[in-house]
Amino acid sequence: MGGRVRADPREPLLRIANLSKQFGGLLALDGVSLMVPRGATVGIIGPNGSGKTTLVNVLSGFVRADSGSVRLRDVDITDRSPEDIVGFGIARTFQTARPFHKLSAVETLIVALCSGRVRGRSRGGGFGSRAATAMDLLEEVGFERDSAVPHQTAAALPQGYLRRLELARCLALDPEVIITDELFSGLSPSEIASLLPLLEKLQVRGVSLILVEHRLRELFRVAEWIVVLHDGRKVLEGSPTEIAADSDVREMYLGAEV
Amino acid sequence: MSRRRERLERPIKVLTDDLNALTSVRYLAYLLAPRVVPIVVLFAVAVLVPNPYVQRIITIAGLYGLLALSWDFLAGTTGLVSLGQALFFGVGAYSAALWNRLGADPLVGLILATLVGAALSTLLLLPCLSLRGIYFSMTTLVYPLLFARIIEATAVFGGTDGLLGIEPLPHPWIERLLILVVVVTAVFALRRMLVTDVGLVLRAVGDDDLAVRASGIAVTRYRVVAVFVAAALGAFAGAYFTHLYMVAGLSAFALDLSILPIAAAVVGGVGTLAGPVLGAFLLLPLSEAARDLGSLRIVVYSGLLVLMILWKPDGLVPYLRRRYEQVERWVDV
Repeated sequence: MGGRVRADPREPLLRIANLSKQFGGLLALDGVSLMVPRGATVGIIGPNGSGKTTLVNVLSGFVRADSGSVRLRDVDITDRSPEDIVGFGIARTFQTARPFHKLSAVETLIVALCSGRVRGRSRGGGFGSRAATAMDLLEEVGFERDSAVPHQTAAALPQGYLRRLELARCLALDPEVIITDELFSGLSPSEIASLLPLLEKLQVRGVSLILVEHRLRELFRVAEWIVVLHDGRKVLEGSPTEIAADSDVREMYLGAEV
Repeated sequence: MSRRRERLERPIKVLTDDLNALTSVRYLAYLLAPRVVPIVVLFAVAVLVPNPYVQRIITIAGLYGLLALSWDFLAGTTGLVSLGQALFFGVGAYSAALWNRLGADPLVGLILATLVGAALSTLLLLPCLSLRGIYFSMTTLVYPLLFARIIEATAVFGGTDGLLGIEPLPHPWIERLLILVVVVTAVFALRRMLVTDVGLVLRAVGDDDLAVRASGIAVTRYRVVAVFVAAALGAFAGAYFTHLYMVAGLSAFALDLSILPIAAAVVGGVGTLAGPVLGAFLLLPLSEAARDLGSLRIVVYSGLLVLMILWKPDGLVPYLRRRYEQVERWVDV
């Protein structure tokens, strides 16, 4: 074939087929299948214990699936190690932010910049190039460059900053897919509002987002496709408007504003 | 009315925080004194006190200081708590003896034993480096006992007699000063290493290894690097010991070699690198002075350790640093 084939922006990027995972007697994931197109933003919701975090853990390699497969483009990444999966281009955040308590925000990102996927890129710029890259990333997620905040030990940072730091860590890994585990939980409405433009920027850049969330209102603003998990099964999927109109979902989130 | 203690930075600490320190000799002295004074005192005693007994204690304290430094580097940064520093020491000690038997010059043997001992120790510990939890501690605890029993039972490497007739280091002055130079250099080198990118990753591994893996880094590989560095320090100490006493015996795997470094680190301050070395130079003379007490020595020694933990659980170096950099005063609230 002659000319270059341009990638269809909607080509399937991540294919999850029939994932199951059992913990003791609990079926945490029960044959979950899902397709995430390149550049799409998929929201995953469901009540507590519905298997959302297990799904994140399986996708990011922290938990082995009992059966089923995960493919990124044409590569089978099922049961690969977390560090390999980052290497393939999938980064995640944790439900409770996991800062390095003795390291500053800049140093935290330098650690991520040492990972195999991006190690070579910030090299060659001479001394301090990783620190410079780290500072650029922090500024991108809303740290004030000239303040003391990026140099404080992460243990002293407020929740809002810790979430941004988690996102910045993902960005440092130059991923194709970012999976967030309840990015908005524990944040004030204004802190959430300040995160949304960031997610939109990632969408524009063509990064696929998988957002596991409890906060539906904010999620429905950014996600274009919603998947509902219940007892480890995918019970429903559709556009945010369809999901918001569904009576079962309304019942599940009774009291939550949909 | 109640009172509380308030801590304030000393003015001179604030004035020497940045390049301003270069504007005055006094500022520079303030910055350099905590580094220079202990080193000068150490070398002054080592050079000026002719008593061979004192000399020997300083040398042995240096060996224990290196073991304590090695322990602290592993535990304080990567979170790998070694209960068997005697493994590194013993492997280094026997390697040195074997290299010497093969005809290596003591100084060359010292380097070879350090590298081979470190590589061998790392290989032995490799299986448990990918595991989380207490497996590393358990394994390090068992290896020295295992080796001592194997050597005892099979009579390899001279059995209970040990490998005798090892050459001493080439000159008494080398014997006296080399270990001190190595300890001081190692402290500064490791401190330097911890602020490089590799050092940052090592510290992050000790903090939260899962978050490091989520950052796309193979944690095991960095643990291997840390264990190799720590084992090299321990193996060097063991090799030195072999040339010092001209024998490598079962005592190179003794429990003391595993316990005293940890005690020294607790006294000096875990995670400070310089602290454990200071701890070793305080504890070893003390333990020598209590030698006349016979088996009561261990009581004095343990009691002191408990007091230290109750009084200053952070260790001496963090305490001294606080006193050096801050003033305390009582304020009414």
